[in-house]
Amino acid sequence: MQELINRAKELLENGTVARVLGWKAGDLPYNPEPAYFESAESLKDFVYNGFCGANLSKYMIEASKLEGKTLVCLKPCDTYSFNQLIKEHRVDREKAYIIGVGCKGKLDIEKIRNQGVKGIESIQGAEITDAADELKIQTIYGEKTVAYADAMLERCHVCKGKEHKIFDEEIGESKETKDGERFDEVSRIEKMSPAEKFAFFQKELSKCIRCNACRNVCPACSCRKCVFDSNKFDSSQKANVDSFEEKMFHIIRAFHVAGRCTDCGECSRVCPQGIPLHLFNRKFIKDIDELYGEYQAGDDTDSKAPLTNYTFEDAEPSIVGKRG
Amino acid sequence: MSIEKKEFKPKIVAFCCNWCSYAGADLAGSSRLSYPADVKIIRVPCSCRVNPMFILRAFEKGADGVIMCGCHPGDCHYSTGNYYARRRMTLLFSMLDYIGVENGRTRVEWVSAAEGVKFSDTMNSFVEKIYSLGENVRLGDLRCRS
Repeated sequence: MQELINRAKELLENGTVARVLGWKAGDLPYNPEPAYFESAESLKDFVYNGFCGANLSKYMIEASKLEGKTLVCLKPCDTYSFNQLIKEHRVDREKAYIIGVGCKGKLDIEKIRNQGVKGIESIQGAEITDAADELKIQTIYGEKTVAYADAMLERCHVCKGKEHKIFDEEIGESKETKDGERFDEVSRIEKMSPAEKFAFFQKELSKCIRCNACRNVCPACSCRKCVFDSNKFDSSQKANVDSFEEKMFHIIRAFHVAGRCTDCGECSRVCPQGIPLHLFNRKFIKDIDELYGEYQAGDDTDSKAPLTNYTFEDAEPSIVGKRG
Repeated sequence: MSIEKKEFKPKIVAFCCNWCSYAGADLAGSSRLSYPADVKIIRVPCSCRVNPMFILRAFEKGADGVIMCGCHPGDCHYSTGNYYARRRMTLLFSMLDYIGVENGRTRVEWVSAAEGVKFSDTMNSFVEKIYSLGENVRLGDLRCRS
């Protein structure tokens, strides 16, 4: 982390970049938040540890409109989102100085809490430079240890790889965290009976409080005017136009990002209700991979997206029933 | 007074493209071919005009089946519309199947303006299928656990 801060200071001082987009420490040991730093002194608050799960590429849409370059810290999976945003002409590559930061899996505080760890005072072992496989957590009830892998976000268990797809320089080492298959959960649901499927999704989606966090954090959801924004009340963007959008919100949103979703997993990470929203996006990714060939959104900046493309030999829609 | 159990009358929505399938339906009518009255046809300029939201909305409003008809691939009035529609519908139907709307309730059929017979056959077989599947889940209840 110190190397990262030193480099950021250097670039700020020699005028290469006008600001740094990174994370600053929150009020608790496990909630760093995205932040801009405009001077070398302010970088004292800069942090980069296992809890910095936030994908900063979406912030670059606004940062691209600012004067001067912005130094942005991107994790390997965030670089896919950045590539996708370049493809959609939402960010300006010239306005970004990308530092590819290492990643050894990001942590989910809920997973730590679910293991009975309460009253957390400090956490050791979440540093990126730390090679430890365990988190030492100081709580008001004494010290607890949790295996790093048991506290990781779901998306890190099915990591796409630790290679930065786009960067100006790389700082910090990464560690492979993949220990599961990306589509296992989707396949499991596909095997259920229709009634079970409906019950499963009804149970999950009924938890939704329509806070719009998934939409607001999603790098693919960057339309200036969203279909879910009410055109009647400009100030109250959460007000729905009608109940249809209220009920079908997740399905519509998943379809809007189909073929553009890089599976960064931010939607599930930010969901305050713990809804596994990535299951919708992954279903589309799985279908696209099976029917139209392997496609990873954000792998490059110039390929055609599957839903804006076609071939004469595409499968007929009846294939859905035949696949069983 | 006893409560009569209502006979199942399916609600079926058919999106037909203006240039081929709607004309095919017309031909079926003028050829005196019959197809069930449960099918409600909605005319669209092109199969590509069918926004996936239309189909979701149909199911949300209580449709038991949705069928989309368009020109045969290669014959689209706008050259390529139905190729895009084909990909879109494949993914949408797969997603609907994933959330519990059986695949039999959704169908895409390519019907040209000359295929009145195919139109009536398609509608007859589709309606038969919906009768065998019975009432659909209420997609409108997706977010309210009973």
